[in-house]
Amino acid sequence: MTPLEKVQEQFKDNVIEVHAFRGDETVIVRPHVLKEVAKFLKEAPGLEFDFLMDLTAVDYLFFAGGRIQKEFRFEVVYHFYSLKNNQRIRLKVPVTEEKPEVETLIDLWASANWYEREVWDMYGIRFQGHPNLKRILMYEEFQGHALRKDYPFNKRQPLIGPNN
Amino acid sequence: MVTKTRSMLLNVGPSHPAMHGVIRLIMELDGEKIKNVDVEIGYLHRAFEKMCETVMYGQCFPYTDRLNYVSPLINNVGFALTVEKLLGIDIPERAKYIRVIMSEISRVTDHLTCIGASAMELGAMSAFLYMIKAREFLYELVEEITGARLTVSYVRVGGVKADLTPGFTDKCFHKIAEVRKVLIEADELLTRNRIFFDRMKGIGVISKEDAISHGITGPFLRSTGVAYDVRKANPYLIYDQLDFDVPVGTTGDNLDRYFVRMAEMEQSLRIIEQCFQQIPDGPIAGELSGEIMPASEMVDHAKMGQTEGLITDEVNLDPTLQGSTKKYAKGINTDRRDIALPPKEETYSNIEGLMNHFKLVMYGHGIRPPVGEAYFPVEGANGELGFYIVSDGRDNPWRVRVHPPCFPIMSALPKCLIGSVMADLVPTFGSVNMIAGELDR
Repeated sequence: MTPLEKVQEQFKDNVIEVHAFRGDETVIVRPHVLKEVAKFLKEAPGLEFDFLMDLTAVDYLFFAGGRIQKEFRFEVVYHFYSLKNNQRIRLKVPVTEEKPEVETLIDLWASANWYEREVWDMYGIRFQGHPNLKRILMYEEFQGHALRKDYPFNKRQPLIGPNN
Repeated sequence: MVTKTRSMLLNVGPSHPAMHGVIRLIMELDGEKIKNVDVEIGYLHRAFEKMCETVMYGQCFPYTDRLNYVSPLINNVGFALTVEKLLGIDIPERAKYIRVIMSEISRVTDHLTCIGASAMELGAMSAFLYMIKAREFLYELVEEITGARLTVSYVRVGGVKADLTPGFTDKCFHKIAEVRKVLIEADELLTRNRIFFDRMKGIGVISKEDAISHGITGPFLRSTGVAYDVRKANPYLIYDQLDFDVPVGTTGDNLDRYFVRMAEMEQSLRIIEQCFQQIPDGPIAGELSGEIMPASEMVDHAKMGQTEGLITDEVNLDPTLQGSTKKYAKGINTDRRDIALPPKEETYSNIEGLMNHFKLVMYGHGIRPPVGEAYFPVEGANGELGFYIVSDGRDNPWRVRVHPPCFPIMSALPKCLIGSVMADLVPTFGSVNMIAGELDR
């Protein structure tokens, strides 16, 4: 059984979609089961995804020039890798604009710490339970979230000091 | 009387010579012992990911050069492979070999810089100079093929910019022999050097479990004994046809990381040698029988309608475009005309070639992958370098995400440092091989 089928069997209704475009096995799940799915991927025998290789987000505002409208704005994207089985899987969670929040995975993988800070910095998505959710690449006083599609790429912000 | 002691906060960087000018560490010290470390990054943030969303696929290559600027060719290759995966295309064998050769040259330059610089920070200035000399030999090779030393922008979607120059093989073997000599010299200078050895051995230790939990890859992970190398685990290009070993350490300290890097350079040189034995032949001689003329002359002929015989003529190009003429282009680029630029002769001598060229370089007309997403990992010099690209079917990427290999390593830096003394910061930080270009993007 492939990892995708295993996840599908375990989390039947909470799996929104699975696909394997260009061989990248992808599963999209509902946000409230994220942590359970992640734990399942990490611990279930035959899966054992021990690496959280990458964690990022995508902003789908006006995707494809507005031709494809998704019902949520963001997707948080996790890439896992299993050393033992030499397998990869991509896990995605839709996040709405009104409530940009997902659970943190910091207690499962230490690498989630900085990745989640980066996603918060760049997209403004909050990770519930993260102990130190502050900006990582930008400075604390920066206004807005730079990788959001409604943040113009050429917008300038004056650098300001902490007491200014 | 009881003396009250309290810990001291010490700020190291960003303008500290050992921090390479781009990292700030806030350390809590108890005497000389490090009690806590806070790593602050972002001083070299240049919005790589945002800027890639504003340009066409081909125009992202100059940006990728500036990620890991010590081994820019690997970034080029990684990005190109991801776009090719998204497009679902394959490239000619010869281009694959060229990409592997250039990647491995880059890996050696990266390791040389890392070991050389961290040896220098420990006072071994001569080892640094020898290693930079060796890097120079390799940069000369890179320069010969790509026309640039650092910002190479050499790889293209569907192939590479230019073919190998005539006589490159011999030159390469000559330089490899020189690099091997330097590696022996450096090995003699460092490995049995008491000062170097004592400052590396048992310092900056990280356990296998911690390394995996932090998502660390590359030499840093291999020094802990995990033989994970993307080139072996998920072979790309032609790595599955090559014979090379994955050196691993045992303890995960600085000395192991030094040994792993030294051994990897030898493996990379081995790979390059094998590639030259296996690489398919380049341009087929005698294919073009016409005269050789400068580009301007060819354009004039074409404009005046004197197209007779022009099809067999060859164009004499500016040195920066060398190796991209008809003679070479076929063997190193895909046949898909909606992806690879036509050979220069076609662009200059007939309207179809000119239109083809414009259709690929004009805004709103470039390469258009289907709607979808792809992640492709390659083995960078520091570990797994992965690109994740989301396409919305238009000519500029919707999202380009790069997984930088030294990002997870930096997040684990406090793990390596806490408990050791302040002076151990320098060798440990040196062995991370932090490249701010890819860390901060």
